[in-house]
Amino acid sequence: MGKERIEQKFAEKLASGEKLFIPYIMAGDGGLNVLEERICFLAECGVAAIELGIPFSDPTADGPTIQKAGVRALKNGTTLAGVLEILESFKTRREVPVILMTYINPIFHYGLERFAKACVRAGVDGVIIPDVPLEEEDLIAGFLHQHGIAFIRLVALTSPKERVVEIARRSEGFLYAVSVMGTTGVRQHHDEHVKEYLQTLKEVSPVPVLAGFGVSNGEQARDLGEYCDGVIVGSKIVDLFNEGKIKEIQELIKDSLMTRSKA
Amino acid sequence: MTTYTMPDKTGRYGNFGGRFVPELLMPALLELEEVYETAKNDPAFLQQVEYYLKQYVGRETPLYFAEQLTKKLGGPKIYLKREDLNHTGAHKINNTIGQALLTLRMGKKKVVAETGAGQHGVATATVCALFGLECIVFMGVEDIERQKLNVFRMEMLGAEVRGVSSGSGTLKDATNEALRYWAAHVTDTHYILGSAVGPHPFPLIVRDFQSVIGKETKRQIVEQTGKLPDAVVACVGGGSNSIGMFYPFIEDEFVKLYGVEAAGKGVDTDLHAATLTKGDVGILHGTLSKLLQDEHGQITEAFSISAGLDYPGVGPEHSHLHETKRVTYEAVTDEEALDAFQFLTKTEGIIPALESAHAVAYAMKLARTMSPDETMVICLSGRGDKDVEQVKSRLEER
Ligand SMILES: Cc1ncc(COP(=O)(O)O)c(C=O)c1O
Repeated sequence: MGKERIEQKFAEKLASGEKLFIPYIMAGDGGLNVLEERICFLAECGVAAIELGIPFSDPTADGPTIQKAGVRALKNGTTLAGVLEILESFKTRREVPVILMTYINPIFHYGLERFAKACVRAGVDGVIIPDVPLEEEDLIAGFLHQHGIAFIRLVALTSPKERVVEIARRSEGFLYAVSVMGTTGVRQHHDEHVKEYLQTLKEVSPVPVLAGFGVSNGEQARDLGEYCDGVIVGSKIVDLFNEGKIKEIQELIKDSLMTRSKA
Repeated sequence: MTTYTMPDKTGRYGNFGGRFVPELLMPALLELEEVYETAKNDPAFLQQVEYYLKQYVGRETPLYFAEQLTKKLGGPKIYLKREDLNHTGAHKINNTIGQALLTLRMGKKKVVAETGAGQHGVATATVCALFGLECIVFMGVEDIERQKLNVFRMEMLGAEVRGVSSGSGTLKDATNEALRYWAAHVTDTHYILGSAVGPHPFPLIVRDFQSVIGKETKRQIVEQTGKLPDAVVACVGGGSNSIGMFYPFIEDEFVKLYGVEAAGKGVDTDLHAATLTKGDVGILHGTLSKLLQDEHGQITEAFSISAGLDYPGVGPEHSHLHETKRVTYEAVTDEEALDAFQFLTKTEGIIPALESAHAVAYAMKLARTMSPDETMVICLSGRGDKDVEQVKSRLEER
């Protein structure tokens, strides 16, 4: 459970030569009643963990796709408390690590310590909070640590070396390498220097490094995966679920995890 | 007398403030902080700001003894700080001049901004025209509708106005979009935030550039009356004209300070923008402050007749001054603001911005509790030309 489950699961996969694939889905998009089904489906596709978004009214790190998914989820009455409750209801039926991604305000409003405790009860293993940088993490880091929940830090293309080192040192579970300048959303390709960036992160990070933001097809996933430990795919997965293209999701994950023939 | 030293090094005003932004933006905030710290101690920079404020903006603005208003209300002597007489018609330009000069100092050539009423957008587009900076302004589609004239002004000035239709299509949503844009272009673009909100160091920078209002007022009132005022009143949207007015008076404990929020249709309805009066603590747009939110921490939409006050958050320093009770925050309704708008126009021949009319409305109530040997200053943050069309249709509906 918690941080240890992520570490163990990731270590197993990496040891067997697999890359890590984390899909992002928005809780409550399509209704909370499909959450279990979607998580189990993704687990069967061979993902390393699930990043589960909690909708927020003002998601400043997200592009149009995830913004819209958040609006749909909020219309469905999705709340942080509601999601935690549902996760608790089927926690014994899942083995795949679940990582919550939400902005700080819903957590702050719920209560920081109460949130950390609720994560344990709900079988949540890690947390990603995009609007809490190093400078502000004392607000919540202690509570998460105390309850064994992995606090996954994000590093950006603009982070200078000293910050990269410090962020990587603190990150738990894995290091989230934001790999575009800007918000989440499908991109056709990443800049050349992203590869260098990922290589640098690999050199300094004591935990696995995963690239996220803008990754939207198998080719990109494999490309970036060569320089780090895996990828996080958000907007594309959200789109495909929304369009009911379940088979395509399966193919995307399979394609992303295909090992490259070393030519 | 206690000395006031907010914010601390981490951008905290007591329990409020901070910088809750994605890592992508942190290096830019740290750079801005550093550049600002050196700039504010650089006499050449300060001289440059002063030069443009004097020669271009037209400062200092008068502190006008409103004799007719004083007579009609029969209370204290009332003085109006005439920020409406600034170039572009509001206090907003005090901040944009300063931030544009910081932009140049950072070697950046592009600027992004958000705007509600369009006053900050116009003030930004203006300084960008002046200093040859590229300018993109995000504005909610609802506000574009309410403030067409300002959209046209910005475009004339060479800015690109981008409509934002997400959320309620108002200032909050325009700010989200400006932050997203900034994240994608942070290496060559400066974000000229328009109020004393957002992540550190913005609340500090905006306060400092707006403090010219309070500094001038302090000197002018002493020149005219021989003493400091008994009461100072200013409207609070994000809180820039008010903090600029209040800050130089904070240590003068006997000067009573009043911030006036928008109560929209009433603070007991869901339709208001009275963040300090009715909101609770949370984090929005990079700062920990009071805000309007539901029981799940989702930000709720603000409501006010005045686009410039229609924001569900407030600057962190105001939350602090509210908590310590150094400033008293009150709220006035759309109807009260409309009445004050007409009253000031008729008695003094000054058409105030609807935002400023909120300050006037509360001042009129406060005047009844004060005596003729006392003095009161109202910050008249802007002129009302932009609002006459809206006021006309509202009055016809009455
Ligand atoms: C004339 C005028 N006064 C006041 C405000 C409110 O902003 P602040 O509280 O930052 O002064 C605005 C905002 O657009 C404005 O245009």
